Amino acid sequence: MKIFERFLHIDRRIIFVLIFIGVALPLIWTLGFNLEVTENVESVYNLMEELEPGTRILISFDYGPSTKPEIQPMAIALMEQAFTNRIRIIAIALWPMGVQMCNEAFEKVSAEYPNIEYGIDFINLGYKVGGMVTINHMAKDFRSTFPTDGGGNPIDEFPIMKGIKNFDKLGCVISLSAGDPGLKQWVMIAHDTFGKPVGGGTTAVQAPIMLAYVNEQQQLIGLLGGLKGAAEYELLINKPGFATKGMDAQSVAHLIIIIFILIGNIGYFATRKKDTMKS
Amino acid sequence: MEILMHRIGIWIGVFLTFAIFSFLYKDNPFYKIAEQIFIGISAGYWFIYTIYNILIPNLFVPVTTDFAHNFILLIPAFLGILMLCRLIPSIDWVSRYALAVVVGTTAGLFFKRYLQSDVLNQLTATMLNPFASSNAAQIIGELILIIGTITGIVYFFFSKKHEGAFGTTARVGIYFLMVSFGAAFGYTVMARISLLIGRLNFLLGDWLGIIKP
Amino acid sequence: MKRQIPMLITFFVGALIIVSEFIPHKPFGNLSTSLGGWFLIISGFAIILGQLSLFKVNIIKISRKAPNWPYFIIALVSFSIMVTCGILWGTQKQPGLIPISDKMLNFFGYKPFDYIFKYMFENLSATMFSLLAFFMASASYRAFRARNAESTLLLVAAVFVMLGRTTIGSTLTCWIPESLGFLHLPNIASFIMKYPNTAGQRAIMICAGFGVIGSSLRIILGIERSYLGGK
Repeated sequence: MKIFERFLHIDRRIIFVLIFIGVALPLIWTLGFNLEVTENVESVYNLMEELEPGTRILISFDYGPSTKPEIQPMAIALMEQAFTNRIRIIAIALWPMGVQMCNEAFEKVSAEYPNIEYGIDFINLGYKVGGMVTINHMAKDFRSTFPTDGGGNPIDEFPIMKGIKNFDKLGCVISLSAGDPGLKQWVMIAHDTFGKPVGGGTTAVQAPIMLAYVNEQQQLIGLLGGLKGAAEYELLINKPGFATKGMDAQSVAHLIIIIFILIGNIGYFATRKKDTMKS
Repeated sequence: MEILMHRIGIWIGVFLTFAIFSFLYKDNPFYKIAEQIFIGISAGYWFIYTIYNILIPNLFVPVTTDFAHNFILLIPAFLGILMLCRLIPSIDWVSRYALAVVVGTTAGLFFKRYLQSDVLNQLTATMLNPFASSNAAQIIGELILIIGTITGIVYFFFSKKHEGAFGTTARVGIYFLMVSFGAAFGYTVMARISLLIGRLNFLLGDWLGIIKP
Repeated sequence: MKRQIPMLITFFVGALIIVSEFIPHKPFGNLSTSLGGWFLIISGFAIILGQLSLFKVNIIKISRKAPNWPYFIIALVSFSIMVTCGILWGTQKQPGLIPISDKMLNFFGYKPFDYIFKYMFENLSATMFSLLAFFMASASYRAFRARNAESTLLLVAAVFVMLGRTTIGSTLTCWIPESLGFLHLPNIASFIMKYPNTAGQRAIMICAGFGVIGSSLRIILGIERSYLGGK
């Protein structure tokens, strides 16, 4: 019985060390577990695949460095797919750090696509505050919301912005979001008010909530949820990256946590039984 | 020289990473210093980006380059200055005028959008014919969806005591909510571990070079 | 007047936004669109207010020698350095007051503002949130007990999702034949997410939606006045 009591009093530093090792080792020695693609991720992929070359899409970078490991791989994979299919990207940010995240993703991807030109195939319009109100304003009067790009240059100078006055000429809207403002606001305005197809990538924390929007109304076409969603997307575009490598570490860490939960419960039930017998 | 500054930058990043991680052992001066640096840099970043991405292109440039067509922007500029008066205790009440515009706009928009997206569209999405499909799993799933949504909503109706048939329905709703919370917990674990994976990727890859990109 | 006029403004603005949904033509549509632009500018000032507030609060704590006051100096110094770098040399895409010399750019590889962001802010921000992984693991072990039916259901759903949404779940049950595909862990996890999870989240969303609608109406009609503050 004493061993079961010990199960309830494991030092938390042991847990910390095991989690650290459990995440670190699979990053060094990959285990190569199977990865399967889910329906929601495939829906976003198909949304992008069905767009005609030359179509302009809006990608909103609504996250920062704190959630970069989950969402940046999605951004990179989406950009790679867009540039491969000659889809043009208008990037904006509703979080201030999103601007830098977009720049980093573009720098990484554009190295592989030397023909991509800023202002013709891609533009970063920078950051705007205001969440839903700003998205609503953007949908009615895009050019007054974003009179310049992120570098302060008037948007009239850029061919990619020609004719963009609202959301009409956009093929779809993709929001890569870590919270508020983010994907929810884009669904409410871009799809529910203005009828634009919306796809999204979110942190794993938000994913269960946003799944309610993936419905018959197609408020959300599909959803990439967390690192797994990013890994699935990398598999679909056939370019394994950070997310795919991280899935082994993710699996081992989950297993460690489940084992500790089981140990805790075994200890709880064993000591509860002992207390019941005593009384 | 750029490569040297890049290596120095990596070492600064590593130092700050371990300063934050030291909190796992206990609170200490290194953690406190790193925390305050984080607060300061974060505030500075927001400040700069607000000026360069919002105030300059949306206010200063239109007003200074084409005053005749944009003089109306002096109104939000004036309201913005009223907002800044919140810093002065004796006249902080004037910020209420600017706040009223912000709060009124948000409240009006939220009223419309939440009604359409979070209430009407969600209710419509629940009004399925679960027997339309030939797939047994889908039929069962859609029945679960309909029953779960209705019983979950019943649970949140606190104006009536949860007893009798109403109480039983609410109880069923709790079970569905518990499954939601369990799923949310599972995903939250995934999110947190992903962030740790990112940090270890930096330490093992960028710093120690053990992992190749 | 200090409270009545702001309440009137809130009512007028809120009502205008709602009416413009049904009458999108002039003048309601135009006024509503203009308000959106004004909101952007006022919110920009609100962010500036937040940062200046932080500055003010820290100065007060330092002058009063509050507990741990030396650390607040670090926050102020970091803030000042970041703002100075941003104003003087600008950001990656934005020029500052002083054009950055090629020598400086070759030295750092980035503008000073971006250098601090990349090597300090990114690492601090990411590490701060990755701490949660450890605390989550420890808290799960300590608190997650199958005490009753509800918590058991929560635990079982969590375990299925944690296994099914990772590659290990797929590997553990890859041997299951297709006729028994519903026992494949990723399929179980997908079913849980698509149906019972969505049902629960939808119920929460609908009820929270009613709450937001109620709060918005209360604010517009002046019943809810907490946003105005005291006096």
